[in-house]
Amino acid sequence: MTVQLSHFSAAFVFALFASIVFGITHRETTRDMVRYGLYCFAMFLGGVLAAGWAMWLVRR
Amino acid sequence: MANSTTAKTKAAEPAQPASMMSVIAPAIGWLIPGAGHMIQKRWIRGLLLLVSIGTLFVLGLLMQGHIYKANGGDILDILGFIGDLGAGGLYITTLTMNWGQGAIAFAIADYGTKFMIVAGLLNFIAVADAYHIAIGKKQ
Repeated sequence: MTVQLSHFSAAFVFALFASIVFGITHRETTRDMVRYGLYCFAMFLGGVLAAGWAMWLVRR
Repeated sequence: MANSTTAKTKAAEPAQPASMMSVIAPAIGWLIPGAGHMIQKRWIRGLLLLVSIGTLFVLGLLMQGHIYKANGGDILDILGFIGDLGAGGLYITTLTMNWGQGAIAFAIADYGTKFMIVAGLLNFIAVADAYHIAIGKKQ
C-alpha cells in the first residue's frame, strides 16, 4: 500500500501533527496549549503559502 | 546581608532526588510515543502525542520513505539515523520487519523519509516533556 500526497497536503498533515506536539510540550495550561498549537499551525501553513508565492514571483 | 542569606539557603538545598517515575516515564515514552504521559495520568495529552507521532511515522512508511540504520558514513545519514531512532518502538518494529527500504521511483518517498525523521525528533521532545512532568517542573 502506497500513499500519494500532494505537496500541499503533505505540508498540511505535517503542520497539523507537529503543531499538536509543539502545543502540548511547550505550554503549561490547556488553554495555552491550544492557542500555541493553533499559532504554530498558522505559521507552518502561512510559511508554506508565503514561500510558494515568493517562488512564483522569483520565477516570473 | 539578606542576599547572602538567601544565597546560602539556596546553596544548602539538596538536589531533587531522582524518583523512579523520572526514569520510567522517559524510557516508556521513547518506546511508545505518548506512553510517558499516560503513565503519569495525562491521558489526553498522551493519546494526542501517540496519534500525532504514530500517524506521522506510519504515513512516512506508507509514502515509501527510507529508514536509516546505524552508520558511520555521511553526516546527513548519521543525523537521519538519530532522528529515526527517536521514534523508539516504531523504529525498532520497522527495522525488525525490514520495512522502510525507500523507493527512489516516487518523488513523494523523500517526504516520507522526512516524515519519519520528524516523528522521531518530535518524540524526543515528548520524552523530555514526560521527564519534566515526572520531576514536577511541569504540571
